[in-house]
Amino acid sequence: MSSPLIRFSRITKRFDDGRVTAVEDVSLDITAGEFLAVVGGSGSGKTTLLRLANRLIVPDGGDVHVAGENISNVDPIALRRSIGYVVQSGGLFPHMTVADNIGITPKLMGTPASETAARVDELLDLVQLDRKAHRDRYPHELSGGQRQRVGVARALAARPEIVLMDEPFGALDPLIRDALGDEYLALHRKLNLTTIMITHDMTEAILLADRIAVMKAGRLIAEGSPAELSTSKDPYVNELLGTPRRQAERLKHLITRDGA
Amino acid sequence: MSLLADPRWSEALGHLPDYLGSHVRVSLAALALGLIVSLPLAIFARHRPIWRSVLLGIASIVQTVPGLALLALFYPLLLALAALSLSWFGVSFSAFGFLPAVLALALYSMLPVLRNTITGLNGVDPALLEAADGVGMTPRQRLIMVELPLALPVIMAGIRTSAVWVIGTATLSTPIGQTSLGNYIFAGLQTQNWVLVIFGCIAAAVLALAVDQLLALIETGIRLRSRLRALIGVFGIAALVIATLAPSFARSDTRVVVGAKTFTEQYVLAALMSQRLQAAGLATATRQGLGSSVIYDALAAGDVDVYVDYSGTLWANQFHRSEILSREQLLAELKATLAKANVTLLGELGFANAYALVMPRAKAQALGIKTAADLAARSGSMTIAGDYEFFSRPEWAGLQKAYSLSFKAQRVMQPDFMYAAVASGEVDVIAGYTSDGLIAKYDLVVLDDPRHAIPPYDAIMLLSPKRAGDEKLRGALQPLLGKIDLPLMREANLRAAGNDATSSPESVAQWMWEKMK
Repeated sequence: MSSPLIRFSRITKRFDDGRVTAVEDVSLDITAGEFLAVVGGSGSGKTTLLRLANRLIVPDGGDVHVAGENISNVDPIALRRSIGYVVQSGGLFPHMTVADNIGITPKLMGTPASETAARVDELLDLVQLDRKAHRDRYPHELSGGQRQRVGVARALAARPEIVLMDEPFGALDPLIRDALGDEYLALHRKLNLTTIMITHDMTEAILLADRIAVMKAGRLIAEGSPAELSTSKDPYVNELLGTPRRQAERLKHLITRDGA
Repeated sequence: MSLLADPRWSEALGHLPDYLGSHVRVSLAALALGLIVSLPLAIFARHRPIWRSVLLGIASIVQTVPGLALLALFYPLLLALAALSLSWFGVSFSAFGFLPAVLALALYSMLPVLRNTITGLNGVDPALLEAADGVGMTPRQRLIMVELPLALPVIMAGIRTSAVWVIGTATLSTPIGQTSLGNYIFAGLQTQNWVLVIFGCIAAAVLALAVDQLLALIETGIRLRSRLRALIGVFGIAALVIATLAPSFARSDTRVVVGAKTFTEQYVLAALMSQRLQAAGLATATRQGLGSSVIYDALAAGDVDVYVDYSGTLWANQFHRSEILSREQLLAELKATLAKANVTLLGELGFANAYALVMPRAKAQALGIKTAADLAARSGSMTIAGDYEFFSRPEWAGLQKAYSLSFKAQRVMQPDFMYAAVASGEVDVIAGYTSDGLIAKYDLVVLDDPRHAIPPYDAIMLLSPKRAGDEKLRGALQPLLGKIDLPLMREANLRAAGNDATSSPESVAQWMWEKMK
C-alpha cells in the first residue's frame, strides 16, 4: 500500500497556555484521492485538526506529514499556496472582484496576469458561473450559493492536490447545499483531489464522503466508511447516525405513500 | 460705512497669498510627517498591547498640551539642537519658523491617526484574516492586500480629524516665526482690528473644510472604487500644494526681513521700517507677532534682519543682567555685548517704552499717590494687572523689593484690555507701557520710580550680522533714528489702537513719517 498523502501522528494541540485542550492524541491517515469528512459537535476539535494540515496552527505534540514530508520542515506560506482552503460562506475579500478573489493565490505565486485571467475563466466554468456576468462583480453582489462557488474556485486556482473545507456549505439553504455538495463531489472525482471536509451534518458526510472521522472533546472516537460506522457500538456515533437513519425511514414512508 | 466697503478687507486680502500659502505648506508638511511616523507606529503597535497603551498614552498627553505651548516648546528645543549640531558637525539649521512649527504640529496630528489606524486594523473580520492566511499570503501581503484596504475608511476618518486639527492649530505658529493665517488673528488682536481677526478665522475654517472635503473625496473614491473621485481628491491636494509653492519660488532671498513682537507699537514700527526700506528700493518681508525671546535669537541667526527692541528688555531678559545702570552706561554696555554676537545696535529711536505702574489720575490724586513708593502702604488692599510676561520678569521682582509692594491680587491680561480695566476700576493699578497712547486716552497717570527699580527701556534698532555692512539698508533706516519722541509714539499708538480704516499699522506709519519730515 502506498504511503498516505496526509498523515496526522499522535497530534495534540492546546490553547490558552495549555488550559484548553483542542485536539488530544489524534492519529489519522488520508490516502490520495480520498474524500474524508470530519464530523463532531462544536468544540470537538475538528476545525483545529483541519488547520493543522496547512500549518495555520502548529501542534504542541506529534507530527503532520503531507506527501511524505514533515510539514514543520516546510515553508508554511508555500504549503498553504499548494493546498486549497475553503471556509464557511466563502471568506471572500469584500474589496476584491470575483476574478481578483479567484486569482489571488496564482497572483501571490507570481503567475503572469494574462495566465491568471485565463485560469479564472476556466474556474468560473468549472463551478458553473457565467464568466461575463460574474467576473467583475464584488462579493456583496452575489447570492450565498454563488459566493461559495467562488470560494471553491479560489481554492482550486493554483491546481492543488489537496482541498481543505471548513463547513463549506453550512450557511446555505438545503436545496443549494445539496446541489453544491454534489457538484463538488463531481469536481473532487474529475480533478482527482484529496479532500478533507469539516461538517456537523452527518447526512452530508454520509452522502459525500468515502470515509468519516468522528471527533468528540478533542479525541478521534471512530473512523471508517459509512457502512463501517453503522456497525459501531459507540453510543455517540450511534446518536450521530440516528438522525440520518430516522430521516431516511421517514422519507421512505412519506415518498412511497405519496407515490402509491 | 458699510462693513464690506471697509478698506481693511482689501488690505487683508492682499496678504492672503503669502499667509495662506505658508499656512498650507506648514500644515500639509506637518500632516505628511505625522502620517509617515504614525502609520508604521500604529501597524507595529496594534498586536502589542503594552506598546499600544504607551504610544496612545503619549499621544494623548501631547494632545492635552495647549497648541501654543507645544509650538513654543519646540523653539528652544531646536535652538539647543542647532547649537549642538553646529559644534559637533559644523552644520547649523534655523530653529525659527517652519521647522519647529512642522515638528510640533506633526506631533499634534498623531493621536487621531494612531488611534484610528489601530482600531481600523484590529476591527477587520477575523474570518477574512484566516482566509488571507489560508490562500497563502505572507503577513506583509495580508497587511497590504487585505487589512489596510479594509481598515481604510476608519484610517481616513482619523486623517481627516488630524487635518482639521493641524490646520486650526497652525494659526498658533505665528509667534514662533512661521507665517500663517494666524498672522491675521495675532495682528488683529493686538491692534484691535477685528476685521483682520474675522478674516483670519474664516480663511482658516474654509481651508480646513476644503482639505477635509478633498480627503473625503479620496476616501469615498477608494471605498466606492471610483478612480475619478479619488483622482479629483488627489489632484485637489496636489493643486493646493503647487499653488502655494508658486509664490515662494518667485520670492528671492535678498528680501530684508523686518521683525515685530506681539504688540501694537511693534506693528507700527515694523510698518514704518518696511516703508522706508521700500522707498529706498529694497524688497521687504515682515515676520510679525514674534515672542520677545524668539525675536532676538531669530535676528542673531539671520532669520530676521531688523527689528526694534528695548534696552532694558535685552539687558534683563536676554543677557540676564541685574545691575542698575544709567541710560548711557546701559546702552554702552549693551552695544558691547551685542557686538560679541555680531549684532549691530544701529541707534536709538528717541523714546523709551518702559514698564511703569499706571493708575487713573483722579484716583491717584485722591489718594495722594505720586510715586511707586506711595503705593506701599495701600498695596495690600489693591489689585494689580499686567501683561502675559510682566509678573515673571525681573522688573516686577525689583519693584516689589524696592518699594515693599504686596498686592492683594495679581491679574494677567491682554495688554490692550488692561487700560480699560484700570480706568473702569476693575483693577487698581496696572503695569502699563510708558509709550502707550491709551494712557492719555483714559486720563491715566504714570507713577514715578525714584529708586530706579525699572531699568531704562530705550527703543533701539538692531541689525542682523549678515546685514551689518549693508549701507543701503542703513541709509534707509538712518532718518528714523532719534526722530521718534515719546509724544509722537504715544499718539501713533493711540491711533493704531483705534478701530477704523485709518488705524492700520501701515496708515499710522505713513502718518508718523509725515510728522517726522
